[in-house]
Amino acid sequence: MTEHSPIRRFLPHLWLWIAIVVIVFPIWLVFVASTRTNLEILSAPMSVLPGSHFLENYFRVLTEGGHALGESAWMMMKNSLIMALGISVGKIVVSLLAAFALVFFDFRFRKAIFWSIFVTLMLPVEVRIMPTYKVISDLHMLNSYWGLILPMIVSATAVFLFRQFFLSVPREMAEASQIDGATPMQFFGEILVPMTRTPIAAMFVIQFIYGWNQYLWPLLITTKEKYYTLLIGINRMLAGADVEIEWQIVMATVLLAMVPPIIVVIVMQKQFVAGMTETEK
Amino acid sequence: MAKQYEFPSKGLPYLLVLPQMIVVVLFFFWPSIQAVWQSFFLQDPFGGRVLFVGFENYANLFMDKSYAASFLTSTVFAVAVAMSALVIALFLAVQANRKIAGATFYKTMLIWPYAVATLIAGVLWLFMFNPNVGVIAWVLQRKLGVNWNYLLDSNQAFLLITLAASWKQVAYNFVFFLAGLQSVPATLLEAAAIDGAGPAKRFWTIVFPFLSPTTFYLLVMNLVYGFFETFPIVHQVTAGGPGKATEILVYKVWRDGVINLDLGGSSAQSVILMFLVIALTVFQFRFIERRVTY
Repeated sequence: MTEHSPIRRFLPHLWLWIAIVVIVFPIWLVFVASTRTNLEILSAPMSVLPGSHFLENYFRVLTEGGHALGESAWMMMKNSLIMALGISVGKIVVSLLAAFALVFFDFRFRKAIFWSIFVTLMLPVEVRIMPTYKVISDLHMLNSYWGLILPMIVSATAVFLFRQFFLSVPREMAEASQIDGATPMQFFGEILVPMTRTPIAAMFVIQFIYGWNQYLWPLLITTKEKYYTLLIGINRMLAGADVEIEWQIVMATVLLAMVPPIIVVIVMQKQFVAGMTETEK
Repeated sequence: MAKQYEFPSKGLPYLLVLPQMIVVVLFFFWPSIQAVWQSFFLQDPFGGRVLFVGFENYANLFMDKSYAASFLTSTVFAVAVAMSALVIALFLAVQANRKIAGATFYKTMLIWPYAVATLIAGVLWLFMFNPNVGVIAWVLQRKLGVNWNYLLDSNQAFLLITLAASWKQVAYNFVFFLAGLQSVPATLLEAAAIDGAGPAKRFWTIVFPFLSPTTFYLLVMNLVYGFFETFPIVHQVTAGGPGKATEILVYKVWRDGVINLDLGGSSAQSVILMFLVIALTVFQFRFIERRVTY
């Protein structure tokens, strides 16, 4: 602010560019590998410039996939998308309803319900793997989309974000709608939810990424390749000795797995940043 | 405070919270109770006999040297990841928050890695550092004379997963630090500058105190990430190895439960982890509550 020497002005750019290089370089390597033949990759070091097999590799990845796996990336992309949308939309719907009840109604057990949602706040699925697996197995939901989606819908974050927002809505609006003869659900659907557009969009970005990037849970409950998500497919293709791996195919799949969530973040950056920093409160 | 208007309705609120409660009970409380319950039993992996053993599973864990080692590995790992990701993110956020050309571009470029899956972060670093095909591994081996093989050297393995895990987490922290920095009043900084405070002094006496709630929140979130959410990196990059050098707690829960089919032992570990998370949550919440009442 008061410092104007040329070096001081230049240094921030230097640091930020170093950071960008560190972020981009590994991804660039993945892209390069996805445009080369496996032979070129295996005869290390691979060149750091793109090769000429881009179309060939991606065509194969999308239509048939690697030899180690019987599924195409197209199929796995579909599964990842179903899981990501199921989790994000499911969380938003379930949380909106719960937050509506918690804020606009007075009922017995309100406090108890609030707390029972609260304790789920930070407990990641990683710490209760086996018992959750057993529940899904008892419900016959192994190898199914329901099994992939439902356990991930538990989210205190979304309930809190919506609750926070609802608390800031003037109560006179609810009262007025009541006087005008609207039912609580009409107030919810026609007034409250449209007002909540921005938090909903923010939550969608965060939960879509969360869902798309789930790993441990699908790893546990999908044994049929038909239900593999992209991340599980990548893990399966990387099993085995280094020389047997089809690196160019794996890397093309890695790139395909990265692109959708990155696009979502870049396109909706504003909502995303707002949503992230709002839930902190 | 005047009583807020509330809808007069008997059954509706219960109906509204029902879906949430079903999911919470079915996939949260029930499994958690199951974990506690199963941790008191010894189970035959082939599904036959179940034997009540009381606290024996816990006793075994506490006497098991490999569990203590795993605890230590996790702690060092989580702290290393949290510290490096926090320091780097804060530094970059301060740089990007200056009034410099291209600030928007820089911000976007530093935010989007948040969207990269933890597993992918692991694969990216694996591919660079794979002793047989990795480009960086080749430079280390052939140009710098480093005996690089993280599959055999436990320090290298630990370093690699720490780098991969921090690489991903920086973006998350960056978002919060940037938001925090933007809330620092510019007038305060200008006044300090006029009074002759240099950039370093301004940072430590004005900016950093402003950021302390954010930093605290992030510290807890980063520790949770380091302890629990880094499973994909360990699973993909080192598989807990070489030996058990990178076997963090969640990886051990998974291996003992899924691979070794030791349900009782795995459940006892789950219960201990749950207490750890609950402690972190309570810690976090007490702090937030205090801040809100300010």
